[in-house]
Amino acid sequence: MTALADPPVPTASPGPRPPGRTRRTRRSGAGRTLKAGPLAYAVLILAVLVSAFPFYWTIVAASRTNADLARVPPSLVPGPHLIRNFEAVLAEADIGKALLNSLIVSGSITVGTVLCCTLAGFAFAKLRFRGRGALLAVTVGTMMIPPQLGVIPLFMLIAELQWVNQLQSVILPGLVSAFGVFFMRQYLVQSLPDELIEAARVDGASTARIFWSIVVPIARPGMAVLGLLTFMAAWNDFFWPIVALSSQEPTVQVALRQLGGGYVHDQSVIMAGTLLGTLPVLLVFGLLGRQIVGGIMQGAVKG
Amino acid sequence: MTLTAPAKAVTAPRPPGLRRLWRAVSPYTYVAPFFTLFAAFGLFPLVYTAYVSLHRVELQDPGTMEWRGLGNYTALFGDEFFWTALRNTFTIGVLSTVPQLVMALALAHLLNHRLRGRTFLRTAMLLPYATSVAAATLVFAQLFGRDFGLFNYVLGLVGAGPVDWQSGTLSSQIAVSTIVVWRWTGYNALIYLAGMQSIPSELYEAAEMDGASRWRQFFHVTLPGLRPTILFTVVVSTIGATQLFGEPLLFEGSMSGGISHQYQTLGLYMYEQGWGFFHLGRAAAIAWVMFLLILVMVGANALVARRRSRKEAGR
Repeated sequence: MTALADPPVPTASPGPRPPGRTRRTRRSGAGRTLKAGPLAYAVLILAVLVSAFPFYWTIVAASRTNADLARVPPSLVPGPHLIRNFEAVLAEADIGKALLNSLIVSGSITVGTVLCCTLAGFAFAKLRFRGRGALLAVTVGTMMIPPQLGVIPLFMLIAELQWVNQLQSVILPGLVSAFGVFFMRQYLVQSLPDELIEAARVDGASTARIFWSIVVPIARPGMAVLGLLTFMAAWNDFFWPIVALSSQEPTVQVALRQLGGGYVHDQSVIMAGTLLGTLPVLLVFGLLGRQIVGGIMQGAVKG
Repeated sequence: MTLTAPAKAVTAPRPPGLRRLWRAVSPYTYVAPFFTLFAAFGLFPLVYTAYVSLHRVELQDPGTMEWRGLGNYTALFGDEFFWTALRNTFTIGVLSTVPQLVMALALAHLLNHRLRGRTFLRTAMLLPYATSVAAATLVFAQLFGRDFGLFNYVLGLVGAGPVDWQSGTLSSQIAVSTIVVWRWTGYNALIYLAGMQSIPSELYEAAEMDGASRWRQFFHVTLPGLRPTILFTVVVSTIGATQLFGEPLLFEGSMSGGISHQYQTLGLYMYEQGWGFFHLGRAAAIAWVMFLLILVMVGANALVARRRSRKEAGR
């Protein structure tokens, strides 16, 4: 978690500050701890507004009627029809089933990925075996290759297995995360001291015992971050689910694709569906956004 | 265990051969779950794509493969829409990657100041990244509506005529790129911020002592220190741009990427061939072309980066 620590900020009080432009005060030392001026705040707040506006607009559009949306000037505040539009989209596009399916798919992928990656990451970080370097190289080397390029054979495979339109066709390929293995390896290399493992071995603990009683407790923060990133990626995954699933067994993204594919013409109903499909991720993000930010910045430093 | 116990004097291993064997084998059981899945659903499909691309395979009967040699490729290169898609992928890639990374760099620089509400600002900027392609595109498609879209309304307020964001080539590509830029700028800003924070502060102090201005510090300390991070983001964005798919598909909901294919990307073209026209073999050929394209571009990036750093070292 060292990457998350903020740079040390000089704390000595400078005494009375010249009013206004504090940006160029001489004592601010290194460039990284410069105090932000009003212009910096203005730009950053603008960026936040741009980031947030589409969400606000979704709420506005989802709470109005289609006729409202076709009016000039457009209405910029939410209206009273949110519930009605929710009902319409639940009836027309089966968003309820899609939400449940997405929960099952993303939940299974998250649990499975974190487990697989922690096991493999531990082996790569702390166990010695033949071919370790080569296997790690293959894992890291393919990390950058987009899985989208393999969809055709993958589709032929699940067609052969008769898995088309079944949730396992999305879950099993979703468990493959080369990034996750690399991430957990880096995490354990840094946070799991070799002495701890050696001490446990001297005490006669088997590797399996060491894994469950020493590695997992230490790896837990890393596992949590990986779990969050995996959940979001699984929830938002688009290409493969629309290939493998159909409207009979949709995930949220498949349902949204149906909504956008001209199946429903009412814009406000489409926006209501979008809002419903995004809410769970927003909820996760609202509760754990800080950890997600940390995970991404951490991954960047190590990657 | 209890049987062998009286036999050993101190801590002599039980059956030594078996135990040593287990010692050598057991690490593999830890990597086995990952590598089994990886082989079946990761590596195999990637490699097998090349083989499939040499066959005629149709969606109605994906189990039957008929040898076609390079037929899929010649058909591909003879199709004008392939070239359109290639060109669109390139222009949309530039239109989305360049502004995205430049703005991310600027935002990261600002975020690297001492700030109130730092966590809030960072989290808020990552919000678009948490949104799915599908959701983001549906909302932006609404905002970019020709007749009742908010963007055209605002343009009208400042006296600019309504733009047809759907049927114009440049305008539709700008619209599609906007979605990409919106989703990824904050993410890249955080990556750059992480890189900036790992630049040792002594470098800034030394620069300060030499009397370097803030701008000079940014260009001579921050940017060189960020070089590996910048390379990383350029590579990731290039790969993302090459396989761009969801945004052009849902912008109007058609596989052709607009009436005259004006914003159809390679990813969308592949999907259209495979799941619109049922030619899985042809789609595999497109996937393979995309893969080669990515290899070439990533290789070019790495080469430029290496040459630049060598030049720097030679100074």
